[in-house]
Amino acid sequence: MVKQITSFSRNGLLDWLYQRISAIVLGAYFVFLAYFIGSHPNLTFGQWSGLFDHLVMKIATLLALIAFLVHTWIGLWTIATDYITERMMGDKAIWIRLPVQVLYSVMLSVLVIWGIVILWGGH
Amino acid sequence: MKANIYRYDPEKDSKPYMQEFDIEIPDNKDIMVLDLLHLAKEQDSSLSFRRSCREGVCGSDGMSMNGTNGLACITPISAVAKNNKIDIRPLTGMPIIKDLVVDMSLFYKQYEKIKPYLINDQPEPAIERLQSPEDREKLDGLYECILCACCSSSCPSFWWNPDKFIGPAGLLQSYRFLADSRDTATSERLKDLEDPFSVFRCRGIVNCVNVCPKGLNPTKAIGKIKSMLLNKAT
Repeated sequence: MVKQITSFSRNGLLDWLYQRISAIVLGAYFVFLAYFIGSHPNLTFGQWSGLFDHLVMKIATLLALIAFLVHTWIGLWTIATDYITERMMGDKAIWIRLPVQVLYSVMLSVLVIWGIVILWGGH
Repeated sequence: MKANIYRYDPEKDSKPYMQEFDIEIPDNKDIMVLDLLHLAKEQDSSLSFRRSCREGVCGSDGMSMNGTNGLACITPISAVAKNNKIDIRPLTGMPIIKDLVVDMSLFYKQYEKIKPYLINDQPEPAIERLQSPEDREKLDGLYECILCACCSSSCPSFWWNPDKFIGPAGLLQSYRFLADSRDTATSERLKDLEDPFSVFRCRGIVNCVNVCPKGLNPTKAIGKIKSMLLNKAT
C-alpha cells in the first residue's frame, strides 16, 4: 500500500491518538484561559502580560500551539482527502489538493514559530 | 399511494429522472415496499430492481426509501410513507447499473480486503476446531450480517472514499474474525488496518447503526478494532 506522505504522522493509528491527546491539551488550556478571564472582571494589560511572564504559562501556551498545529493538520488533511479527490473532481484534484495541503502546513508552522517569538521575544 | 421511483437506463436516458406511479393498495393493507415495487412493475415492466428471498435474509433489495436505507421486503409502507407518498431511490453513493440496481463491486472489494475467512496455522484437529460457548458468544451481533450494503451506502466516509475506506459492513466482518478465538492471524489482520483510511476514516457518524435492517452495530465493532490496535501498539 502507498504511504500517505502528507498526513501528519503517516499512520492512521498515531494520527488518531495525536488528535485525541491534542484535543485534551487544547481543552484544558482554553478552560484555564476562560477561568482566568472570568476571575479577572477588570482585566488590565499588566495582569494579562504578567500571566504570560510565568514560565509555566509559556510552556502551556507553546504546548497548546503545538497541539493546535497537530489537531488542525490532521483535521484539514481528513477534509482535503475526503472532498478534494479524483473521485469528486477528476484528474485535476491533485493540483488543488497538494497546494491546499502545503498551504495549511506552512501556515500552521508559521503560527507556531510566530507564537515562540511572541512568548520568548523581548517586549 | 404515490410512489416516485428513480429511473435510469444508461443505454437510453441521458440522465436519471424520477417516475411517478399512482398505485392502488389492495384492501388498504400495510404492504411492504417490495410489494409496492411489484405493483409499479405491473404498470411499467421496464422497471428494474433486485430481490430474491423477500423476507430479509438474502440482502438483495437494499434501497433508499424516503431517504433512509433499508430492505424493501421487510419495510412496511406505513413506516416510510409521508402524506401517502414515498420516494424510492437506489443505494446512495454506488454507480447505477439500471434503475434501482447498483454496481456493488467496490463494496465487495472492501469486504474481500479484510480476508473474510478463518485463518489458523495450527495443525488441523481430527474432527473440528472447538470453541467454548463463551468464545462463541463473542461473535453474536457480528456474524448475522447479510451484506445488504445499507450501512456502507449510508456512510459519508464510504461515499467519499469507497476505494480506500473499508466501510461499516467490511469492518463489522473484520472484527468478527478478530474476535474469533479460532483465528490465529490477529496481528496480521491488525497490521492491515493501521493506515489512515481503512478503519480511521470512520468519524463515528453512526448512520450505519441507524439503518442496519438486522439491528447490528458496526460503530461499536469499529471502536473495538481501534482499541485492539491501540492495545497492540502501546
